[in-house]
Amino acid sequence: MASLLFYILSATALVATGLCITRRNPVHAVIYLVNAFFALALLFYLLGAPLVAAWEVIIYAGAIMVLFMFIIMMLELAPTQQVGGPGWHQWGPVVALSVVLVVCTLLLIAADSGGAAGVPRYFASPRVFGYALFKQYALAVEIVSFQLLFAAVGAFYVGKTEWGSRPRKEQP
Amino acid sequence: MIVPIGHILAVSGAMFLMGLACILGRRNLIMILIGAEIMLNAVGLALAGGSALWQNVDGQVFVIFLMAMTSAEVSISLAMVVYLRKRKGTVDADAFDGMQG
Repeated sequence: MASLLFYILSATALVATGLCITRRNPVHAVIYLVNAFFALALLFYLLGAPLVAAWEVIIYAGAIMVLFMFIIMMLELAPTQQVGGPGWHQWGPVVALSVVLVVCTLLLIAADSGGAAGVPRYFASPRVFGYALFKQYALAVEIVSFQLLFAAVGAFYVGKTEWGSRPRKEQP
Repeated sequence: MIVPIGHILAVSGAMFLMGLACILGRRNLIMILIGAEIMLNAVGLALAGGSALWQNVDGQVFVIFLMAMTSAEVSISLAMVVYLRKRKGTVDADAFDGMQG
């Protein structure tokens, strides 16, 4: 059961990624990438990493993809002159992928009897995981926090503009 | 292990190659960043597979560090995209060839 789900989800992730990298419209690419990340999150859960699966959905599909979408819409990179909205040839693949993902999630919930039997399917419960992360890798966590601080400072510096002026525009 | 490790590595490698093709083939800066995201996620899948193979949490901890690294990379690079768009009015990667020597 779990191995069958693994192959279905792998195919879903690969198809979604392949559709993502061939789209011309960046918004469509981001939508397919969100599908691929959901499939990857379920794969992480199947491989025994429930906390990583949750963070994959929260951080990647939630935060980073919304950031991409925000930048695409702020810079007006997506073509918007299409009248009537996207048709069924554009809705179809993403709806099919989403249905496959939802069905796989329901199958996973139905098949996962670990909570009732007392023995979870995964070996890395959040307790074990957090203990390893903050005890064994405490120094690495501190270094990563410094890295995030530097990234915030760098993004602020790159995005900084003088009050009431625009960045210098080069003549082509 | 629910599946052989070779199958996990095959899926991860296929996804990594897709991301690489996206980076090398597309000219839109946003699509190049999306290709980098795909490659990093493929690496994360390989790490989680190794973690499941050896029944050890080290691989999953490295996936978390990978996510933190990706957050930093995306924030910097999207700020760069906004800056470059303001500077030249395009996000085509071929327009930024000022350092060709």
